[in-house]
Amino acid sequence: MLFILLGVLVLHLIILILLIVSTAASTWSVGDKVSTDLWYNCMTTSEGYHCKPASNEDWIQAVQALMILSVLFCFCSLIAFLYQLFRLVKGGRFFFTAIFQILASVFVMCGAIIYTVMSPDIGAQFGYAYVLAWVAFPLSLVSGLIYIVLRKKE
Amino acid sequence: MLTVLALASVVLLGIVPEQSQAITIYTGWERHALVGSDIRLSCSFFSWRWTSDDVTFSWTYRPDGSRDSISIFHYTGGEAYVDNKGPFRDRVEFVGNPGRRDGSILIKNLDFNDNGTFTCDAKNPPDIVGRPSSVRLLVFEKLPIQAGVITGAIIGVVLGLLVLIVVIYYLMRFLVARRVFSLSVSKHGKKKKEGSQQRQIKV
Repeated sequence: MLFILLGVLVLHLIILILLIVSTAASTWSVGDKVSTDLWYNCMTTSEGYHCKPASNEDWIQAVQALMILSVLFCFCSLIAFLYQLFRLVKGGRFFFTAIFQILASVFVMCGAIIYTVMSPDIGAQFGYAYVLAWVAFPLSLVSGLIYIVLRKKE
Repeated sequence: MLTVLALASVVLLGIVPEQSQAITIYTGWERHALVGSDIRLSCSFFSWRWTSDDVTFSWTYRPDGSRDSISIFHYTGGEAYVDNKGPFRDRVEFVGNPGRRDGSILIKNLDFNDNGTFTCDAKNPPDIVGRPSSVRLLVFEKLPIQAGVITGAIIGVVLGLLVLIVVIYYLMRFLVARRVFSLSVSKHGKKKKEGSQQRQIKV
């Protein structure tokens, strides 16, 4: 049973790392020597590497907010899991952990969908931070569902 | 002793009016406005002397990317003279109060061609040594949203809702424990839990 616990914890940590990297790295769209969103537009010119702040449009700010919220909620669910692991009554379920994790997955999903729909059609392709967001969404959903069915040992 | 002090103060006050002192002029730094709207460009000054009757205000305009300034407003001798030939004809109105050191003007029906720098120069004789102050006007079609406003708003609302839900949850638990409320589902809830125990994965 220790393996299940360890596995669940490792999965949670992986999800948290994926979310943090996806939120912090500014490479949701990449082009030839250009990488943009979520926070900076950076380009490599002959003079070097220059960054300026990303555009202030509404949808980019919404994606920023949703990604930050998902990181916060994933982190809170980790804290709640560790807390409930030691303080839950025997036979109890990890409700708080599950709720926070599922909310985090919903926020990542909303952020990734908004970015997919609203990002400009021309030119750039999607970068690795965008891919990580889409990978983190099903992982966090599965993790949240595992927490719902998990029960503390009698 | 007192007479010496009185004489000294009179002499000093008598000397000072002969020199002119610096006058400090205040305008905004930058103003944003929408096309078609009106904007009030404020200009006030600080001077060590009382506001004289010969106080003058003058506003000049320099378009973006140009090096020439044109004069669009002048107030002198109690009369305001507005632009009646240049780009601002019939659009400038004097809304200041010279007695209160306010030389503000109102520009109506803004257009994209009005982007530029407006300079206010005020003189309060004999205080004429001063540096004119400039305000930059930016005309937008739609006012841009500052970075981080929507981000902060969404995060704040969600976290606020979370705190609210947690508070309500603990409040309800507290009130149920104190028998203020009684939940009729409590008996059903217990039976359901015991029934489904066998089917769960256990840690």
